Amino acid sequence: MKIAKISFTVNGKPYSLEAPPIKRLLDVLREDLALTGTKEGCGEGECGSCSVLMNGVLVNSCLVPVLQAQGAELLTVEGLANHGKLAVLQQKFLEHGGAQCGICTPGMMMAAEALLSRNANPKLEEIREGLAGNLCRCTGYMKIFESVNQAIDSAEKTTR
Amino acid sequence: MRSNANEYAMVAPASLREALQLLAQSPDEWTPIAGGTELMVALGVGRLQSKKLVSLWGLSELRYTVASANEISIGAGATFTDIRNDKIIAQEFPLLALAASWTGAIANQNRGTLGGNIVNASPAADSPPALLVYQAEIELVSAGGTRRIPYKDFHLGYKRTVLAPGELVKAVHLPRAEKLPVQYIRKVGTRNAMAISKVELAAVGAMRSGKVAEVRIAAASLQEIPARLLGTEAVLLGQPLSASVVDAARKALLSETKPIDDIRSTANYRAQVAANLLEEFLLQLAASSDEARV
Ligand SMILES: Cc1cc2nc3c(=O)[nH]c(=O)nc-3n(C[C@H](O)[C@H](O)[C@H](O)COP(=O)(O)OP(=O)(O)OC[C@H]3O[C@@H](n4cnc5c(N)ncnc54)[C@H](O)[C@@H]3O)c2cc1C
Ligand code: FES
Ligand code: FES
Repeated sequence: MKIAKISFTVNGKPYSLEAPPIKRLLDVLREDLALTGTKEGCGEGECGSCSVLMNGVLVNSCLVPVLQAQGAELLTVEGLANHGKLAVLQQKFLEHGGAQCGICTPGMMMAAEALLSRNANPKLEEIREGLAGNLCRCTGYMKIFESVNQAIDSAEKTTR
Repeated sequence: MRSNANEYAMVAPASLREALQLLAQSPDEWTPIAGGTELMVALGVGRLQSKKLVSLWGLSELRYTVASANEISIGAGATFTDIRNDKIIAQEFPLLALAASWTGAIANQNRGTLGGNIVNASPAADSPPALLVYQAEIELVSAGGTRRIPYKDFHLGYKRTVLAPGELVKAVHLPRAEKLPVQYIRKVGTRNAMAISKVELAAVGAMRSGKVAEVRIAAASLQEIPARLLGTEAVLLGQPLSASVVDAARKALLSETKPIDDIRSTANYRAQVAANLLEEFLLQLAASSDEARV
């Protein structure tokens, strides 16, 4: 066995740790950093519940060996709220029934966050594509799409 | 059960040169890992055999798309997102851009690489049929140097390729020949964005004076390797697209492919669907001929 020294930032905070280099980023977040907002569903890249942003890009953390996150800037669901105040996206999920059991919700929000960071004003088709890698067994998706749609800046929306 | 992470070693060389040197020292020992969307799945289900991995993720020598007058070159480390974002690929090689757009959902496209898709060598992989109809060449690199071969010669048999121990895929090159007017690709799978294909057909073609002047067809999931359907092409070349020619082409496709039964589908279903996809392409090809006449 070989242990790797890893440094990265999560939600703006720097971390240094030691881990087997192939350890899944998902497990490092949950076990080593106690950031349990990121969930495991399938562990095979199919469900998106482990979604995080790595250098601004959406990834499934169950398929990222931690060595490949060396030096990265990571954003997890814990990083969305600001000083205890919910982000707009979180607020809209709350208001529009975007979460039921909640297991898919962190991943859904990270996928939505990634989408909105690339495209401030996505159409419904684009929201569907952006979230297509995230499975939900509760909501039937409509309320999730609606929550994301509501999170789009109202100023942006009048121009579509 | 998931593999034990403690049993694996992984290194991340700072340059392609370093990676190649490491591979040259003990080529049978190290396995490259790029985006990990195949290998990390294998780890997850306890089936990752290689115990020593060399990470290629983030190597700038492998992650690029660049156009010259004659060709566009795509580094093996380019992700499907990189491919979708490239304007020239979208314009001149739309079938590859489309294949990239349905290779899993966004998170998978952000990590999965073209090199990984090719070397994993699944008969169901989505990018090979597009590469085949565009007559791609593939560039291989080792500590000893590089070599370039037609991509059609890369796959030898089920999950077997010409890659020598210690050798990596460096890039894929697509010739910027004149774009044929009819460009067709269709993937039939279970779940739109995510599922591995049951059948995929890619084809390009042109009519001249009511006859098939040029045609190239390739398929995934119809045989051990992704391959051109040369027999079917031969039946079509120089012919008008009459009902009997279309029928002969369907028969040629069925005789030169060997679809199988597996967990995703049955041989019978695949054969039927593949022949129907071919016919859909031929309808578009025939229609392009009508348009040209008016
Ligand atoms: C949820 C999900 C959905 C998917 N959907 C699809 C789909 O629809 N269509 C499809 O075709 N695939 C699909 N895949 C499979 C996978 O994403 C692709 O095959 C991808 O291109 C693999 O690339 P990678 O860089 O992640 O490969 P890795 O897992 O890093 O490597 C795969 C193989 O390639 C080798 N390798 C990688 N780079 C090189 C190189 N430069 N030189 C030599 N060898 C190399 C590795 O050693 C390994 O054997 C899916 C996967 C998942 C998890
Ligand atoms: S747990 Fe990572 S995609 Fe399902
Ligand atoms: S809210 Fe339960 S899985 Fe989505």
